[in-house]
Amino acid sequence: MEGLERIVREHPFFSGLKESFSELISGCAKNVRFEAGQYLFHEGETADQFYILRSGRVALQVSAPSRVLTIQTVGENEIVGASWLVSPYRWGFDAKALELTRAISLDAACLRGKCEDDHDLGYEMMKRFMPILIQRLQATRLQILDVYGTRS
Amino acid sequence: MTSDRANQTITIEKEGLQALFDALAQRGYRVVGPTLRDQAIVYDDIASVRDLPAGWTDEQGGGRYRVVRREDNALFGYAVGPHSWKRFLFPPIQQLWRAQREAESLKVEPAALPTERFAFIGVRACELHAIAIQDRVFMNAAVNDPHYRARRENAFLVAVNCGTAGGTCFCVSMNTGPKADSGFDLALTELLEGGKSLFVVEAGSDKGREVLSALPQRPAKAEDLKAAEAVVAKTASSMGRVMRSDDLHDLLLRNLDNPRWDDVAARCMTCGNCTMVCPTCFCMSVEDSSDLAGLETSRSRRWDSCFTMDHSYVHGGSVHASAKSRYRQWLTHKLATWIDQFGSSGCVGCGRCITWCPVGIDITEEVAAIRNSEPR
Amino acid sequence: MALVAEKPAAGRDPMVPRVARVHQRQRNLSDTWTLVLEMEDGEPLDFLPGQFNMLTVFGVGEIPISISGDPGKRGGLVHTIRDVGPVSSALAHLEPGAAVGVRGPFGTDWPVKEARGNDVVILAGGLGLAPLRPAIYSVLANRRLYGKVALLYGARSPAEMLFRSELEQWRRLLDIEIQVTVDTASSDWFGSVGVVTTLVPRATFDPEHTVAMVCGPEIMMRFGVAALRARGVGDRSIYLSMERNMKCAVGLCGHCQLGSVFVCRDGPVFPLDKLAPLMAVKEL
Repeated sequence: MEGLERIVREHPFFSGLKESFSELISGCAKNVRFEAGQYLFHEGETADQFYILRSGRVALQVSAPSRVLTIQTVGENEIVGASWLVSPYRWGFDAKALELTRAISLDAACLRGKCEDDHDLGYEMMKRFMPILIQRLQATRLQILDVYGTRS
Repeated sequence: MTSDRANQTITIEKEGLQALFDALAQRGYRVVGPTLRDQAIVYDDIASVRDLPAGWTDEQGGGRYRVVRREDNALFGYAVGPHSWKRFLFPPIQQLWRAQREAESLKVEPAALPTERFAFIGVRACELHAIAIQDRVFMNAAVNDPHYRARRENAFLVAVNCGTAGGTCFCVSMNTGPKADSGFDLALTELLEGGKSLFVVEAGSDKGREVLSALPQRPAKAEDLKAAEAVVAKTASSMGRVMRSDDLHDLLLRNLDNPRWDDVAARCMTCGNCTMVCPTCFCMSVEDSSDLAGLETSRSRRWDSCFTMDHSYVHGGSVHASAKSRYRQWLTHKLATWIDQFGSSGCVGCGRCITWCPVGIDITEEVAAIRNSEPR
Repeated sequence: MALVAEKPAAGRDPMVPRVARVHQRQRNLSDTWTLVLEMEDGEPLDFLPGQFNMLTVFGVGEIPISISGDPGKRGGLVHTIRDVGPVSSALAHLEPGAAVGVRGPFGTDWPVKEARGNDVVILAGGLGLAPLRPAIYSVLANRRLYGKVALLYGARSPAEMLFRSELEQWRRLLDIEIQVTVDTASSDWFGSVGVVTTLVPRATFDPEHTVAMVCGPEIMMRFGVAALRARGVGDRSIYLSMERNMKCAVGLCGHCQLGSVFVCRDGPVFPLDKLAPLMAVKEL
């Protein structure tokens, strides 16, 4: 597990985290990889882990009859998955690797449990998550505006 | 004595004034001046002193204009009406070019430049400033409009020093009057002596001196000069409005989000009357037209107003969608950003925008309200 | 400050168009075409990147269109036109040989010279790539005078990407970074999906020695500016191309005013430090 702990410690998402916390987190972490075309998870499944990408690209997609739409792609050093944070802990979208993707997968139940036990760890995680979610919300809102579309 | 000739003021009587009109007509000028029509004093072709609105004056206020009989027969005893001289120097509609299609070829012909030479009778001090302001708009380092230049270069200006301040006038606040001090060929001050008009005449250019020498005249007496000064002083002290004007640029530009704009917007109908009667407004639009066969097309420019939705239209909508933003655009341009663009204010204090606004919006009041809303 | 090109030749009234003929017409997207025009009198029209012409369809009307061709090459005026109204529609559907009235070039240019010795970031959204293309050509023509060059381009969808084959060509030049993203895509797109501003944090450039040129819908430019500022690029080094209602293009008719500037004459390219106070006021 020592190699994994180093990966966790050195990842930009966890920068500044004190050693005891990165140890705790590594306890919930796993090194994973997805080949191009492989799904990380499907819409409706239990959100029992989330992913911090080390390399590659993942598409968040939604299916409708006869078509599949990509809403957003997520790249290196970015997070895939927020639904694990809130009940009912179910994925809202499909996540598919567009190319070979390496990631750290974090067991959601494990991490939620550790954050309950140690609120300081919980707060450190929230501090890192919030800015990402806010930026993503702003970017998504901008996307919805369809600024390139023809206004009638 | 000859060196004094240039500075010597003279007086002429009513016959002298008629002789002036005749001399100008003889020299090929189209003489245009004030005349009473449709219950307003407007600018139109005049041939005789009898065409002038003798014995009339105007009563003006916010959204109010009436012509009223005077007790005397003054020929110029009124302020300004709905017309300004811009309708001659910068006509409401002006063709720019014509294109003729013949078989495979297409030829574009610029519109011929005007050859008309105007003589304006009765130009007020505020109007002289307005003309000078439009000179800077149409003829500057970046723009040299041939149509405006052709009319302007040939124009002969006979100014009149106001004997009566209008109900909405504030030229004193804008430093544009009531005395005409430059920019004219001749300047007249009307004195009434026992029911008769006597004019003190000052020449302001060689053109003016040349025409003046042809008129029946006598040298001005000292008391005439004093009387003329008194006329101007009386006018200056009876202005209809006052507006502090030394701080307008920064005042308005730091108050772009002042709630007063919403207040005005609730009253403003965006009818654009103010821009039509304002002697310095210059916004124009272009219009293309063609005959049914598409063989001949042409483009004209015509007066436009920043109060239209069209004015700020970009693909998808108007930038100035709200009445508030359009009123704010007009007033901040007129009083503030105009200074950045052309080196002086765009307002000459003639009061027309106040008089001809259907709901009587008064820019002097709006500016005061914004100024007073700031913490001391 | 960007340079202003020479005014039209003395004696030529800038309000009267010259006649040009459509030499070539090429479809770019379902609603966008590129026309190559040739002046009928044979006299070339020299322009700087970022400038625009007023194009007339005789009998229909006149609109401003940015020049989207290579200023270093003689041989026809290139304009990319999106069909959004009666005049642009008429223009986009003109056949080779048809007559077009041309007035111009007007306006200020992209800071291609000012950017020398610096990294260059070109941030384009949608049709905004067209007015920037002349600047890209100019930079690539003198590549050794610049540091890192990054072109960040966002389009609505992969099918609505402008100049796609050219983007691919440029990408093959190993010394330019090209990142593209789309707002929405179907499953056969393996590139980035998300707004173009998300490309800024990851692009390679030194914020303290960078000149950024931004063009696209106004909302996109505003958010793009925020992303560039977040990276540390100064307002003096960010340039935008603004769009306003233009009728005369010579600073006379008053329509294009933005505060005290005339967009047709003092712009359309502006450095952000001049623009920022104006952009902060709604409906200015």
